Amino acid sequence: MIVISEVSKWYGTAQVLKRCSTSVDKGEVVVVCGPSGSGKSTLLKCVNGLEPFEQGRIVVDGVAVGDPATNLPRLRARIGMVFQHFELFPHLTVMRNLSLAQIKVLGRSEQEAVDKGTRLLDRVGLSGYAHKYPGELSGGQQQRVAIARALAMDPVAMLFDEPTSALDPEMIKEVLDVMVALAKDGMTMMVVTHEMGFARQVANRVVFMDKGEIVEDAATADFFGKPHSERAQMFLSKILQH
Amino acid sequence: MFGNFDFDVIARSLPYLFYDGMTFTLTLTALATMGGLAFGTLLALARLSSVAPLSALAAAYVNLMRSVPLVLMIFWFYFLVPYIGQWLTGAGQPIRVGAFASSLVTFTLFEAAYFCEIMRAGIQSIPRGQVAAALALGMTYPTTMAYIVLPQAFRNMIPVLLTQTIILFQDTSLVYVLSVTDFLGAASKVAQRDGRLVEMYLFAAVIYFIISLAASRGVRIIQRRTAIVR
Repeated sequence: MIVISEVSKWYGTAQVLKRCSTSVDKGEVVVVCGPSGSGKSTLLKCVNGLEPFEQGRIVVDGVAVGDPATNLPRLRARIGMVFQHFELFPHLTVMRNLSLAQIKVLGRSEQEAVDKGTRLLDRVGLSGYAHKYPGELSGGQQQRVAIARALAMDPVAMLFDEPTSALDPEMIKEVLDVMVALAKDGMTMMVVTHEMGFARQVANRVVFMDKGEIVEDAATADFFGKPHSERAQMFLSKILQH
Repeated sequence: MFGNFDFDVIARSLPYLFYDGMTFTLTLTALATMGGLAFGTLLALARLSSVAPLSALAAAYVNLMRSVPLVLMIFWFYFLVPYIGQWLTGAGQPIRVGAFASSLVTFTLFEAAYFCEIMRAGIQSIPRGQVAAALALGMTYPTTMAYIVLPQAFRNMIPVLLTQTIILFQDTSLVYVLSVTDFLGAASKVAQRDGRLVEMYLFAAVIYFIISLAASRGVRIIQRRTAIVR
């Protein structure tokens, strides 16, 4: 579904991604972790073309992201993305947040879009919030709306960029629950997160990045059991202590 | 000290002052605001464009407009527009342009430069994540601008835009240099005809004060109503 091969990226002279290669198969959940500044969010944003990259190749569902001939809006419409800071549109109601892109991008009718939005709000446990504005919702609720907004486009894969790291601790679970349910439904997911419990529970593979490199790319059990790189061992020992 | 003042002159000239004068002033203000806002938004988009010549051109325009006194602009346009019109249409002689049309063009072009800067600040105040979220949903750049960025930018900018409009309302009085009957022009004509300069100019000042003050109070109310809950 997502194939990343030999991707390198520079900000000026600073190289932020170094020949990164990995893949996410259909129905697979891959967790990307690593210390901050390791390039994991940047790699994720390369997948739907929000960040350009200078070298290498990324193919999503048969479409080459870096190819200038690629219709990026059309490709992005098929890849859901959830952001660290939710990025709901604050001037629109929850329902309008869910329906706008369905109408403007997919050409669905208002009725179809609202029906779809209603079903998804129900699925993330927020029916009854359709007419609220994002500012009236808690962080956890906003992130669940953001997930519903991405799902409304019927994506072939979902990208999560640290979806819980801006949340208060008591709200993390409600968002992870939605993500776990999504994974169990067979959604293809690439998730940048520090939530190792989530990784253990649903990830097929864990990709560990450090300083722009993919240091380890292993099946979940292997990664937590016996990571073979020293850097991954150190990262795990720090993050799993508490 | 008001003993030898004749305030009756005001009462006698009220229909002329408001029906002729104020109508002109308000129409000019409203139309120039709308035109300036539309053109100013385009200018702002051009200034923020990644196409270098486009943004340089827009920047040059804004700087030029903001560096020339408005009175001079009003004069220039009044004398130039007929010739530009002749050149554009290929007519045999300068086309006749009324003072209203000429001042409308001037104020629209002039205000566009100020609205451009306000809009530019407004657009830049929208977090980049909002644009990323819209693009990630598959929206094109124009759709993102039209439905996500500009509506939020406008809401943030409403107080400044309306304040600029109030300034425009006062600035339209400069059309007196074209001997146009705007509100101040009407007051001025009555003042000269009846020799009641102090009364008429005092009255005009009071009216401008009342309208501007009421409008800025209105701005504050609108500001509270349109604020986005964050």
